[in-house]
Amino acid sequence: MREKTTEPLVRIRGVHKSFGSLEVLKGIDLDVDQGEVCVLLGRSGSGKSTLLRCINHLEGLNDGEIHVGGERIGYERRRDHLLPMTSRQAARQRQNIGMVFQRFNLFAHRTVLENVMEAPIYVAKRPRKEVKREALELLERVGLADKPAAYPAMLSGGQQQRVAIARALAMHPALMLFDEPTSALDPELVGEVLTVIQDLARSGMTMIVVTHEISFAREVADTAVFMDGGLVVEKGPPSEILSDPSDPRTRTFLSRVLKETA
Amino acid sequence: MASATADPIGESSLPIRKRPKLVQWALIAVLGLVVAAGAFSVVNNENFGWPIVFEYFTSPRILSGLVRTLHLTALSMAIGIVLGVILALMHMSRNRFVQSIAWAYIWFFRGTPVFVQLLFWGSISALYPKLILGLPFGGPAWLEMSANDLITPYIAAVLGLGLNEAAYMAEIVRAGIKSVDRGQSEAATALGMPDGLTTRRVVLPQAMRVIIPPTGNQLIGMLKTSSLVAVLAYPELLYSAQLIYAVNYQTIPLLITASLWYLLITSVLSVGQYYLERHFGRSEARSSLEAR
Repeated sequence: MREKTTEPLVRIRGVHKSFGSLEVLKGIDLDVDQGEVCVLLGRSGSGKSTLLRCINHLEGLNDGEIHVGGERIGYERRRDHLLPMTSRQAARQRQNIGMVFQRFNLFAHRTVLENVMEAPIYVAKRPRKEVKREALELLERVGLADKPAAYPAMLSGGQQQRVAIARALAMHPALMLFDEPTSALDPELVGEVLTVIQDLARSGMTMIVVTHEISFAREVADTAVFMDGGLVVEKGPPSEILSDPSDPRTRTFLSRVLKETA
Repeated sequence: MASATADPIGESSLPIRKRPKLVQWALIAVLGLVVAAGAFSVVNNENFGWPIVFEYFTSPRILSGLVRTLHLTALSMAIGIVLGVILALMHMSRNRFVQSIAWAYIWFFRGTPVFVQLLFWGSISALYPKLILGLPFGGPAWLEMSANDLITPYIAAVLGLGLNEAAYMAEIVRAGIKSVDRGQSEAATALGMPDGLTTRRVVLPQAMRVIIPPTGNQLIGMLKTSSLVAVLAYPELLYSAQLIYAVNYQTIPLLITASLWYLLITSVLSVGQYYLERHFGRSEARSSLEAR
């Protein structure tokens, strides 16, 4: 067992989230340590992606609280209540949290290099020269050093997703969120993206990954979290959760996913 | 199945020709005749007054009217575009109050004829003889002006055309913004971009592809709509022509003179629009290049 020296980077307590009358999250508690790779598993509709989107306040909460790096996300504390932050305050908090989407969402009107440079220049207001040098290094790191001038539409899905990872890293985030990063990819392109995410994990980045790739979870994750019906059903080292799940819902999910990929 | 008329494969390679388009050529011939007959009658009908048309085509009064028309069109369009973008953003704002202001503006200016709006601006002094800058309900006044001095026919024309155009541009810009995938602004938000920056750097540039073509149409429409300003006695192209034929009674030739100028300018604008569309469609063009 790893010794806990500092408090967790991400602390989630009693998070509830509803869309209209549909309650998607029904009281989530979860801690993610500095440097930990946490994989969220579960059927579609179990609330994994919504939880991820709450962590950088793309979705607001109905109840509960989320802290990242000791800072409350999305809300300011008044004496006896919480107030939603202004959009400018929330934007500042998001600079610290990188996010990679299922459908890449690269800026279609900008080149690969411009995509990576956009936020450091216009949000972090760092000098262009320095940003460009670092952006080229990041592209090299994700294996796209030869594509800086390409437009997203000219790239394969796997290449686009690797650019999206470089774009998120360019803001030097303390935490990376991956929302099903390989689900929109052709099977033969999944590997190249997972390799990049795996390298990132090895470098010590704290990450929360929503995925259906069980083998990836087994190899890369420190913690596997299984969600169902808006609740955390089971949590632990992937070797335990994935090989010997105690909850019947986890068992059914795993047998179905493994059958699909087999 | 072998027979004398068989069409065996591979014996000789035959060239592939185009199938002759007989019907198309026949139609072109008929249409050509009709057009030639029409042109013959137009050229030879003295009532058209072609010598007068060309005499006035480059006359100083027509040309200065033309310059005023171009000036009026450009300025009204500029007001329309800037105000239209603001209205579109207001209409899509999360703030209900801001939203309804934009809605009410568009409702009013799109719901009344621009001709009537121009007449209203032209006769604003009948409603408010004095325009006062100060506190309402009879408070102190800092600046007081006669409406007739402030709202000249020129100002009335620009206000009438520009404010009306803004309502249409707002709808065009809104359609453009809606056409941009939500994932684009979501990605910008996730990178820590504030809303304003997201709109300016990510959403609007991509909305351009959808906004430009109808804006070109609006510009061409504005060039012609600006002729309504004749009713305010502002001597743009059409009113300049009217002033001339009011004196020499050559009504039809001078209307043709003005029309030829309108036709010429809209043609030039259409060419410009073609290149602008090509420019803003470039990331798409690149992707189709790659697809080959």
